[in-house]
Amino acid sequence: MKIHVTINGAAYERDVEPRTLLVHFLRDDCGQTGTHVGCDTSSCGCCVVVVDGDRAVKSCTMFAVQADGREIRTVEGLADGGTLHPLQQAFWDQHGLQCGYCTPGMLLTAYALLKHNPAPTDADIREGLAGNLCRCTGYQNIVKSVQQAAGTLGHPSAATA
Amino acid sequence: MIPAAFEYVRAHSIDEAIAHLQQHGGDARVLAGGQSLIPAMRFRLARPAVLVDINSVRDLSYLRASDGVLEIGATSRDSDVERAGWIGDRRWSLIHDVSRVVADPVVRQMGTVVGSLCHNDPSGDWTTAALASRAEVVVRGKAGARTVPIDEFLVDSFTTAVGEGEMAVAARFPKPDDRTAGSYQKIERKVGDFATAAAAVQISLNADGTVRAAGIALSAAGPCALRVDEAERLLVGREPRDETIRAAADAASRRSAPQADLRGGVDYKKHLAGVLVARGLRQALARLGARA
Repeated sequence: MKIHVTINGAAYERDVEPRTLLVHFLRDDCGQTGTHVGCDTSSCGCCVVVVDGDRAVKSCTMFAVQADGREIRTVEGLADGGTLHPLQQAFWDQHGLQCGYCTPGMLLTAYALLKHNPAPTDADIREGLAGNLCRCTGYQNIVKSVQQAAGTLGHPSAATA
Repeated sequence: MIPAAFEYVRAHSIDEAIAHLQQHGGDARVLAGGQSLIPAMRFRLARPAVLVDINSVRDLSYLRASDGVLEIGATSRDSDVERAGWIGDRRWSLIHDVSRVVADPVVRQMGTVVGSLCHNDPSGDWTTAALASRAEVVVRGKAGARTVPIDEFLVDSFTTAVGEGEMAVAARFPKPDDRTAGSYQKIERKVGDFATAAAAVQISLNADGTVRAAGIALSAAGPCALRVDEAERLLVGREPRDETIRAAADAASRRSAPQADLRGGVDYKKHLAGVLVARGLRQALARLGARA
């Protein structure tokens, strides 16, 4: 089946089998390998991408054909040229990653979270990231990173819980 | 794992979806959020020959309060309910609680309420809440729509009253009065896991403080979400005092028929069923400003 998908602002037209999962489409058909495959069973959140601007989706649990006509944002689409997105800069500054495997999913989940809740409490962030597993950081610095990004994006942070 | 091959069709209207379902009969499945169906297909537990994608049907994504009923369209996401403006009203507290603990927050941005009812997992959250709130499901077929009470809708594990060539288009939750509150209590090993045990409670009080109506249901307590009618009967007409709550909890514990698995043994899960019903009742009463 022929599909047209916009990935990080660029149009991709590909012929895919209906059973192709979005994450494999992104990585294997479009060469966008920033989106990682972790558990492959919608548990870990490594493969999260943002669909149509503000919806975080586990791309191992969506078919590529469902993305036909839609806009996908992946980690490759966060930075503006050489300037990191405030979320990426914050993960750098706050040591929000160690091995980095979960980071693309964390970034995109946080991206959608901040779209819906620009001034989250620490508890909001912890709840919002509960579908993303990190085995390195203990999450503390990830929460700090998202708080920093919320501040940078121009929204005063709510009182930290 | 990659699912078995299937044919994909996209419907743009309910009629078009039903035409596809009529054509393909039992070989076809509806694709809404896909958060249960796609994992099942990946594990080859489900091998539908045809998927009818309803996500492009415009008039299925809505939350509508009318005629004393909250109607949730078939492609409304769990997160739509979680973020709804009215969700903080205590009369919707059962629905609110559930909307915050289904799966995990990312899965909830795709997963749907109606899809969860149609999947009818023995450990489902919405099925259990639908029993406690006496919801109905609107099922459409070639001949038109019928409204099915939730007790008839949930037939058996992964089986509902939706027939071949039909689809569920909406769930209808009766709007509770202002002396109604609920609670959803769920024990899970980690966010996103299936419930080890869960209980849905909704309770309405008369002006004199006695119980006018009660809905009590359990998840992960048998082949299907389970109404504990004995506990409901024990509560109605009585003041919800501690001994009544304990009796209702005991009834839930006796009625629970869980399977032992890695999440716990039968005795433990039966015990939890009672504990969670008691906690749910106490929280619902606290939300009503009533003392147990």
